[in-house]
Amino acid sequence: MNPGADALALLPEILMLAGAITALLAGSFLARERQWISRILALGALAASATAAAAALAGTATSAYSGSYAIDAGTGAGRLVVAISALLVIVLGTDELRGTERESETYTLILLASLGATVLSGAADLLVLIGAFLLASIPLYALIGMGRTRAGAEAALKTYLQGAFFGILLMFGVAVLYAAVGTTSYAGLGPGLEHAAGALIGVGLVGVLAGLMFKAGAVPGHFWIPDAAEGAGTAAAAFATTVPKIGGLLAAYRLLDHMPGTIAWPLLVALLSAVTMTLGNLAAFSQKNPRRLLGWSTVSQAGYLLMPVAVAGAVPLALPSLLVYLPGYAAANLAAFAIIGAYPNRNQLRAYEGLSTARPWHAVTLVVALLSLVGTPPTGVFLAKLTIFSASWDGGFWWLTVIAAANTVASLFYYLRWLAPAFRTASRDSPNSGDFTPQPWPGSVAIAAACVSLAVGIGAGIIWDAFA
Amino acid sequence: MLSLAILFPLAAAAAVLLSAGREGVARALFLGATAVEVVLTATLWAGYRTPGPAGLAYEERLRWIPNVGSSYHVGVDGLSLPLISLTAVIFLACAVYDWGASDRPAPRAALFLFLEATSVGLFAAQDLILFFLFFDLSIVGMYFVIAGWGHGNKARSALKFFLYTFLGSLALLLGFIGLYLGAAPHTFDIPELLRAQPLRDNPAGLWVLGAVVVGLAIKTPTVPFHTWLPPAHTDAPATGSAVLAGVLLKMGTYGFVRIAMPLLPDAWRAWVPALVAVGVVSVLYGALVALAQSDLKRMIAYTSVNHMGYIVLALAAAGAGGSPAARETAVTGAVTQMVSHGLITGALFLLAGVLHSRAGTYDMGAFGGLASPAPRFAAFFAVAAFASLGLPGFSGFIAEFQIFAGSIGAVPLTALALPGILITAALFLRALQRVFTGEPRGKSQGLADLRPAEAWSAGGLLVLSVLIGLIPVPLLDTISPASASLVSLLGG
Repeated sequence: MNPGADALALLPEILMLAGAITALLAGSFLARERQWISRILALGALAASATAAAAALAGTATSAYSGSYAIDAGTGAGRLVVAISALLVIVLGTDELRGTERESETYTLILLASLGATVLSGAADLLVLIGAFLLASIPLYALIGMGRTRAGAEAALKTYLQGAFFGILLMFGVAVLYAAVGTTSYAGLGPGLEHAAGALIGVGLVGVLAGLMFKAGAVPGHFWIPDAAEGAGTAAAAFATTVPKIGGLLAAYRLLDHMPGTIAWPLLVALLSAVTMTLGNLAAFSQKNPRRLLGWSTVSQAGYLLMPVAVAGAVPLALPSLLVYLPGYAAANLAAFAIIGAYPNRNQLRAYEGLSTARPWHAVTLVVALLSLVGTPPTGVFLAKLTIFSASWDGGFWWLTVIAAANTVASLFYYLRWLAPAFRTASRDSPNSGDFTPQPWPGSVAIAAACVSLAVGIGAGIIWDAFA
Repeated sequence: MLSLAILFPLAAAAAVLLSAGREGVARALFLGATAVEVVLTATLWAGYRTPGPAGLAYEERLRWIPNVGSSYHVGVDGLSLPLISLTAVIFLACAVYDWGASDRPAPRAALFLFLEATSVGLFAAQDLILFFLFFDLSIVGMYFVIAGWGHGNKARSALKFFLYTFLGSLALLLGFIGLYLGAAPHTFDIPELLRAQPLRDNPAGLWVLGAVVVGLAIKTPTVPFHTWLPPAHTDAPATGSAVLAGVLLKMGTYGFVRIAMPLLPDAWRAWVPALVAVGVVSVLYGALVALAQSDLKRMIAYTSVNHMGYIVLALAAAGAGGSPAARETAVTGAVTQMVSHGLITGALFLLAGVLHSRAGTYDMGAFGGLASPAPRFAAFFAVAAFASLGLPGFSGFIAEFQIFAGSIGAVPLTALALPGILITAALFLRALQRVFTGEPRGKSQGLADLRPAEAWSAGGLLVLSVLIGLIPVPLLDTISPASASLVSLLGG
C-alpha cells in the first residue's frame, strides 16, 4: 500500500485528531462565552469520524502501514462505538461544561482519549499498542481531575499512579515478547511464539494483559474505576467508564487471537473474567451513591465482556458477541450516567424518590438503562449476554457461563435498589425534596441512549450483517 | 393476524401513555383495547383448523437474528390457542374490574396492556429467544404492578418476586443455550429443534432439562420453589393477582408442554419419578398449607400451588410408559386445568380484592355473616369456591377428572394426590362458613355489596367456567390432537 492510501484508510482516526487540534486552537482564541464553537467543532469531527468509519465498514478487511494497523470488523466496531459514545458524552456534558474555564480543553482531551481508544482497537503491532495505551491514558488522567474538586484530584492521582504502573507492566511485557520472538508485529507473533519458551511467553503476555486490563477496568486494574466514577465530573465519569473499555477489550481480543495454543491463556482470561464480575457485583451491593454504584457495575460488566475474549478465535460466536456487547453496554451505561447528569448533586439513591411521578419518561429511561445493564430483553446487552453465554459454553467454559448467570441475578438486586426509590412517591424526608427539574441536554441524551440500547437489541441482526 | 394480536395491546399501551393526564381516555382505551383483543382471539378460534401433527396454524416467520439461528417465529396449535384466549378474557375482566380505579389509572392501564402483549406473545412464540423475551418482560411488568399498585409490604414482595422469578428465567436461559449448542446446525427455533431432537441419548440432556425444569418450576410454581408466590399475591392489587395467577403462572406449565417435553423427551422420561413426586407434594402441601391460612388471599394463593401441582402430576404421568390413550387424557386434562384455573382463580382473586377495597384486610377472622349485608358478593364467592374445589358442572371438574383418569392409568402412584381434592373442598367450605354465615360481625357490618363492574368481571369468568364445565367438547376437541402429537413425541 502506498502512503496516500494508508492515510486515507485511517481517515476516521485522522478526523478525530484534526478535531482535537482545531478545538484546542479555537479554544485558545475564543472568549469564554463563545467556547461553544469548539464544542461544535468537536461534535462535527466525531460525527465525520463516525460517518467515515461506517463507510469503511463496506470494504474488505485490510491493514495499513505494513500490517501494523488492522482495519477489519473489530476496528470498525471500535471506531464507531468510540466516536458515537464520545459524541454522546460531549452532548451530555453541555450543561455541565458550558462557560467553564477549560471547556475547549475538555473537548480536546475527550477527542484525544477517544483517538487512543480507537487506535487500541486497531493496533496490530505491540509498539502501536504502547503508543495507543499512552494516548488513551494520559488525557484521561487530566480529564478526571479537570473539575478541580478534592474528590476529583484524588481520583486523578489514583488513576495516574495505577496507569503509570500498569503502563510499565505493558511495556515490560512487550519487551519480553519482543525478546522471545524478535518481532513486534502480531502477524509474526503467532508463528514465532510456537517455538519460544512457554515461561517467557507467559511472563510477556501477563504483562501486556495487565496493561490492557487497566484500560478495560477489569481485575487487577480496576481500582481507579469507582473513584473516577464518583470523583470526576459527570461527563468525564461517563467517558472514563465507557470509552477506554472499548479500546482495551478489542485490543485484548486482537492480541489473544494471535496467541498460540501452547500456553493456557484462555483459562487465565476466564479466571480474570469470573473474578472481575463477582468482585464488581459484591462491591456494588452496599453502595448508596448512584455514581459509585454505577462505577462498580461497570467493573462487573468488564467481567462479562472478558468472556468472549477468553474464547477469542476458538468459537464462531466469540467476535460477534463482543461486537454487539460493546455498543449495547456503551448505550446503557451512558444512559444511566446521563440520568445522573440530568439531576446532578443527588448523591444518594433515595434522592431519586418521586422521579416517576415528576418525570415519567426519565423514570422509564432509567428502567431501560439499568435493566439493559442487567441484560433483560429486548435490549442490546440481553442479546450480547445470550451470545457470550453461548460462546463461552461452546468454548468449554460452561462453569464461567454458570457463574455469569448467577452474577446476573445478583446484579439485579443492586440495580433495583436504584429503581425502587425512583418509583416510590417522594416523602417529606426524601433528600433533595423531590424537585426534579432536569438539565435539558443530559435528559435528552439519556432518552436517546436508551433508544439506542433498545435498537441494538432489536436490530442486532443488522449490526452483525454490517460487521460481517 | 397473530402478530396483530400481539402488537395491538402494545400499540394501545403506547396510546394510553400518550394520552397523558386524561384518565377517562386511559380507562376507555384500556377497556376498548382488551375488548378488541377478545374479538381478535375469537376470530383466531373461528378460523382455526387443526394443523397436522406438530404443525402450526397462523404461522408467521420473519428474519431477525440469523447469526444465532433465531427468528421472529409465531404460530398457534391446540396447546397455545386456549391459553391465548384465556389471556384475552382475563385482561378484559381486569379492565372491567378496574373501571373505577382512581390510583394513577393511565400508567396502570399501560402496564396491563403491556403485560397482555407479552403474555399473548409468549403463548404464540415458536422461537426460544422470543419465548424468553416475553417471559422476562412479563416479570418486569408484574414487578412494577406489585411495587407500584400493591399494598402492605409491597416493595419487599415485589423484590422477592422479581429476584426469584428472574433466577428462574436465567436457569431457563442456560437450558435454552444448552439446547442451542446441542442442535446441529445451532438454532433456537422450536420446530427446527423438534426435528433435530438435540441431545438425544446424551447424558447432558438430563442437565439441560434440569435447568429448563427448574426455570419453569419456579414460575409455575411447584414445591419447593413456591415461596415467592404467597407474598406476591397477598401484596399485589386484585387485578395484578388475577393476571399473575390466571396468566403468568401458566407460562411455567405451558413451557413444559411447549419446550421441555417435546424437545427433550428422553430426559423427560428419565425425570418422571422426580416430577411425579414434585407433583404429589405440591398438591398435598399446597392444600394443607392453604387449610392453615387465616388470610383469605394467601389461602387462594396456596390453592394455586395445589392446582398447578395437578398439572405437573399429569404431565409427569404422560412421560411414563403405558397406554397412549390414558396419557393423552392426562395431557388434555392438564391443558384444560390451565384454562380452568385461570378463570376460577382469576375470579376468586378479583372477589378477594373487593374485601380489601372495602375493609382494608383479607383476614377471615375480621369478617363473619357477610351473606346478609352483601348477598351478591356471598353468592359469587360461593360459586367461585365450588368451582375451585372441582364440583361437577364447572371447568375444574372436567380438568381434574381427566388428570386423575389419565394419570392413575399411567402411574397408579398418582392416586396419592387424591386427598388434595378433599382438603381443598374442606378449606373452601370452612372459609365460606367463617366469612359468610352467621350474624354479621366485625368488619362485615355495613359492607357494601358488589358494584356492577366487580360483578360483571368476576361473574363473566365464572360463566365461562360453567360453560366449559357443561359443554367441554369444543375446547377438548381443540386440545386433544395436540396432546396426541405430544404423547407420540414422548414415545415410551
